[in-house]
Amino acid sequence: MNQLTLNNYLLASGLLFTLGFAGVLLRRNIIIIFMCLELMLNAANLSLVAFSRFHVGADGLPNYNAQVLVFFIITVAAAEVAVGLAIIVALYRARQTTHVEDIQSLKF
Amino acid sequence: MLALGVSVILNRDPVASALSLVGSFVCLAALFVGLDAFFIGVIQILVYAGAVMVLFLFIIMLLDLRSEKRRSFNKLAIVGGVLVSSAFGAELMYVLSSFNQGKHPFPALSVTRLDDVRSVGTTLFTYFNLPFQVVGILVLVATIGVVVLSRRELK
Repeated sequence: MNQLTLNNYLLASGLLFTLGFAGVLLRRNIIIIFMCLELMLNAANLSLVAFSRFHVGADGLPNYNAQVLVFFIITVAAAEVAVGLAIIVALYRARQTTHVEDIQSLKF
Repeated sequence: MLALGVSVILNRDPVASALSLVGSFVCLAALFVGLDAFFIGVIQILVYAGAVMVLFLFIIMLLDLRSEKRRSFNKLAIVGGVLVSSAFGAELMYVLSSFNQGKHPFPALSVTRLDDVRSVGTTLFTYFNLPFQVVGILVLVATIGVVVLSRRELK
């Protein structure tokens, strides 16, 4: 940790989040949109870990509450990916498409 | 990491996109290890680069996405997406340039060898016991939901 500051990590995390955000807006394939959601979750994880390392406590150790929160985020994201991909497969079976512009009705 | 992230959103082929996402996650795990969060780095590789991305690639193979290559990008979506995300990026730069606390380097640790798995575990089971059990229930519900979703045909 020689010369890197907290702002460097926050900048990388923010740019990663921006990339994921742009991907969600630009891409029309629902699987790619899903991957970009994962990218945004990971950007949040990166800034949490950077803050955890930055706030060294009185005992000289990093703040582990943030790392526990990252652990929870990873767990919930894995569950979310499983459910989301199952929904995508069901949608593909019904409609034969993964393109969001082809899916316009709420009920079919 | 950021270059691979760019290639996730610019690649036409979903398989290439997914592989760049794997690379991006591995680089992110390296950053975690560089921040002395070894446990989180290992979990990142195991869960994301392992399980989640295998699931993604499996679904892409299963659905056989060929039609994506013929599609062109929507003009309005490109203009709107670039505008909104560059506005977000500019705002981020502004906020970070005025955040003076973050300009110091990271403080040193008191120990040279960190046993962070023990520390994360202690924190998890001491202060976050109830959320841990709630997450367990959540994973159970997600498992049942996936089974139900993939069994029944949607009409």
